[in-house]
Amino acid sequence: MELFQIRPFEYFKPTSLHEALLFLEKVGEAGKVIAGGTEVVIYLKTRRISPKYLIDISDLKELEYIKENEEFLSVGSLSTHSTIEKSPLIKKRAHILGDSASQIGTIQIRNMGTIGGNLANASPAADTATPLLALGASLELMGTSGKRVVPIETFFIHVNKTILQSNELLTEIQIPYPPPNTGAAFMKIGRRAAHDLSIVNVATTVTVTEDVCKNICIALGSVAPTPIRAKKAEAFLKEKTLEKATIKKASEIALEEIQPISDVRASANYRKEVSKVLVRMTIQKAIDEIEM
Amino acid sequence: MKLKCDIMIEQKIQFVLNGKSVEVAVKPNTTLVDVLRYQLKLTGTKRGCDRGNCGACTVLLDGKSVYSCLILAPKVNNREVLTIEGLGEPGNLHPLQEAFMEHNAVQCGFCTPGMLLSAKALLDDTPHPTKKEVKTAISGNLCRCTGYIQIIEAILDAAERNAKKGR
Repeated sequence: MELFQIRPFEYFKPTSLHEALLFLEKVGEAGKVIAGGTEVVIYLKTRRISPKYLIDISDLKELEYIKENEEFLSVGSLSTHSTIEKSPLIKKRAHILGDSASQIGTIQIRNMGTIGGNLANASPAADTATPLLALGASLELMGTSGKRVVPIETFFIHVNKTILQSNELLTEIQIPYPPPNTGAAFMKIGRRAAHDLSIVNVATTVTVTEDVCKNICIALGSVAPTPIRAKKAEAFLKEKTLEKATIKKASEIALEEIQPISDVRASANYRKEVSKVLVRMTIQKAIDEIEM
Repeated sequence: MKLKCDIMIEQKIQFVLNGKSVEVAVKPNTTLVDVLRYQLKLTGTKRGCDRGNCGACTVLLDGKSVYSCLILAPKVNNREVLTIEGLGEPGNLHPLQEAFMEHNAVQCGFCTPGMLLSAKALLDDTPHPTKKEVKTAISGNLCRCTGYIQIIEAILDAAERNAKKGR
């Protein structure tokens, strides 16, 4: 009857964050957290994972919010891509996150998938990771013994691996407000516009004062085991005037920092070429945004 | 330590299906599409790829389009599901269904239920969509027969009819 028979598991659907954390503490490595299910259910069907316990956190409404604080924008980890895509607060404060969310999968996937799931799954191609890296976001990880807030840069370890412990939940994404004269851009290349994973995605934020680059963050996805920052290219651009030739040189430096692979979606060489172009284009687009 | 949540092998869930409350015992390792088709015998929802690519299994969950092949059955507890069986009925078709028929937007028919529900979600949200918005709305539903043109025309036409009817 079933194309993909999912192996049995015990199913928990906690009704509060506290309860969810107690479960996680109790079941440890034998448990798997499920939120939107757009990745986990596929992993279950293909038997990439066969957890003993499944903890469904989708009823935890307290993790579904987007709100402004004094220093940063708080995004609850259960916010769906659709919510983020349409949020006026995101548009105003961190539009590149909205831009990336709007290009994930299809409407159905965006209605189901959550930002917390996208990050915790730690795909190298995770579309929400690069804008958050470029924006210098932090992640709040909650356990029974308390919470810790870590820079997103330290969160990803390898493909599908993060620093998240088995007794912790990713609860909030904190996005600092950019200084004045900051522009941002996100660009993604897939095989087609709808419903595809990134071949390469790049997010860049740049702060320019009197024609001099004061700060720049360039983040690339799908070109290394984790989403990464092109720090050499960033260092090269700091305190320089952002002229076309300088930007071009930076995009070439960025190439030294990535290790793309060849897979079904694209060859490593293609990824390198596209990375160079996207780094250049996102920097230019971010600069144009300041001037607007 | 005693925890409030049940550890369950089979679980009774209750949800509103096409406007009526239903109760059904489900295994947590089954997906909504299978509960609909094999337990509730509502075979209008199709199972195509069974892994969130084709859109044939699209239903509305609390008014939003979702892939029912990616939803574990217990997740819909206390929520509202609309399938193609709840969209219209013989003699009282939904304007979208009428428009699909008139525009020949159906060939083999396998994608049609999902296509109609994606279209309904669009029109509920955006009663007067542009052609581009229609294309985006159905981008998660694959059709291998029509080439999409008739489907897009039918949805635009249904939106116009709704406007005339004041719906």
